[in-house]
Amino acid sequence: MNSKSTVIIILLVLIAVIACRKGSNDAPQPDDVRFVAPSNFPQPVYSFENNAVTKNGFELGRKLFFDSGLSIDGSVSCGSCHQPFAAFANLDHSVSHGVDNCLGTRNTPPLFNLVWQQEFMWDGGVRNIEVSPLNALTNPCEMANTLTNVVDVLNKSNQYPALFNKAFGTSTVTSQLMFRALTQFMSMLVSANSKYDKHIRKETGGDFSIDEEAGYQLFIQKCSVCHKEPLFTDLSYRSNGLDLYSEDRGRDSITQNEADRGKFRVPTLRNIEVTMPYMHDGRFNTLKRVLEHYNSGVKNNPNLDAELKKNGVSGIPLTQTEQTQIIAFLKTLTDNDFIHDKRFAEQ
Amino acid sequence: MKLNKYILLVITAITSVIYTSCSKSNDAEPTVSGTGKVQLEFENLVGEEPLVLNTETYKNAHGDSYNITTFKYYVSNISLVKEDGSSYKVPESYLLMDASEPQSRFQTLEGIPAGDYKAINFTIGVDSARNFAGAQTNALDPAHGMFWAWSSGYIFVKFEGTSPQSTAKGNTLTFHIGGAKSPTNTIRTATQTFGGNLLRVRDNSKPEVHFAVNAATMFTGKANVDFAALNFTMGGVNSVIVADNYASSFITVEHIHN
Repeated sequence: MNSKSTVIIILLVLIAVIACRKGSNDAPQPDDVRFVAPSNFPQPVYSFENNAVTKNGFELGRKLFFDSGLSIDGSVSCGSCHQPFAAFANLDHSVSHGVDNCLGTRNTPPLFNLVWQQEFMWDGGVRNIEVSPLNALTNPCEMANTLTNVVDVLNKSNQYPALFNKAFGTSTVTSQLMFRALTQFMSMLVSANSKYDKHIRKETGGDFSIDEEAGYQLFIQKCSVCHKEPLFTDLSYRSNGLDLYSEDRGRDSITQNEADRGKFRVPTLRNIEVTMPYMHDGRFNTLKRVLEHYNSGVKNNPNLDAELKKNGVSGIPLTQTEQTQIIAFLKTLTDNDFIHDKRFAEQ
Repeated sequence: MKLNKYILLVITAITSVIYTSCSKSNDAEPTVSGTGKVQLEFENLVGEEPLVLNTETYKNAHGDSYNITTFKYYVSNISLVKEDGSSYKVPESYLLMDASEPQSRFQTLEGIPAGDYKAINFTIGVDSARNFAGAQTNALDPAHGMFWAWSSGYIFVKFEGTSPQSTAKGNTLTFHIGGAKSPTNTIRTATQTFGGNLLRVRDNSKPEVHFAVNAATMFTGKANVDFAALNFTMGGVNSVIVADNYASSFITVEHIHN
């Protein structure tokens, strides 16, 4: 073989490799950075179109997520309020706590199983996971930055242009690529390895105690319409009777429909044990307090959900034993593998 | 013989018809092959006056005076209509004009099939799909300040200013027109002809379409806007009032150059 044909063959192989890389996003990936839908979950709603998870993209997203340099004064990162050990909610904070000790109006939601969500935030105003970080980045009471400034900071940094090049093949940072990297990180936050999941999948470690089983049966009867398995939310917007008149418009602020005032997205119950406090404004500190609300505290406001006013009674009557059993079941939804997953921790 | 003569005449007639029709396409095709560019120019006006940010004072149809501090708008989904009524949809046509950036009034469409066009269709704003799609780039980059973080979707037309009649704090006017979902959908589409002229797109020329963009149309048309009563909208029913006002008169073709 002469040198000319060797060169040609090498070129052809190179072209093939490049073409493959471009055309196929299913190129072999290390197991720790591959998105896999759990067997007891439906298909995700996020398509990963133009944004398949790669090792470099995921790691870049993680770095961005924990980088306080994305806030206006360098004090707050996404991870400041979305803490891994709290399933990416904010432990002990009833409402978000941003730059300059600014307190927001709503409880930081946990972050996991996001690719099964079509809408985001308590009011569902954000309609695509990719743009979901925009709110916190630009809210004056959260990270208080402008998108232009964030992109500028990233372009001028010593590290980021090279990392974007590794992840996306260009060292010019755009907001689109930043959002895609963050989405790769967020989409990997899958929590599906709780005792409950092992129970459902009949895996070892999935045996329920008597109280847990009793709690599960009560849950199915009394809670599962709204907190629908396997995501433990039906992703709808409902009023659970916290107030007679809700100061926070909730879903109404998006739909501009008074019948939606005080309605919020049904939150998932996965990892509920570690995401206290509870409700859109973090008013309840314990699960006991939450269940007592359903038992005796539901206010019959005009938008109260139909599920909470059956048989002429507001709320869901629950005896103390039933409450204890439901809480025992709710604790089976804690996914310690997820909470302690080193891949999702600040590096 | 008489019959032969007749047949000959018919054959000649048919042949000549074929020839003429052939020669029409034969003549036309070689000169209009390939693709060309079209230059668009958007001239921002308030009524007949040029739109000048900050310093000029204008009067709306209700009689309220005002000035303008921000004027930005999207034009998208452009298609050009040929003489025969067929049309060419310009792919990825998303244009953002910003009165504070004079260069943005010039926009170029590339890769337009050569031909003679009689009209242009466009959307004022951004189509529904892109409002809810993932992170976008270029003209649709949320960094342009034309995307709502709290309720996904683009601001189609952003008008800010002040008016002594405005009851808002600082007498401000805030008209952020957007919303891509019923019943408060503010996506509006328009068709503008070239006034009987043809835009001749060729591979070696760059014809121009000159648009007049009249900010005053936001506040009159279907309903005169009284700044004491309406001085703030970010989507919703009041945005629909404004969008209905400007729908057909916001952007008009003034003239074309070949």
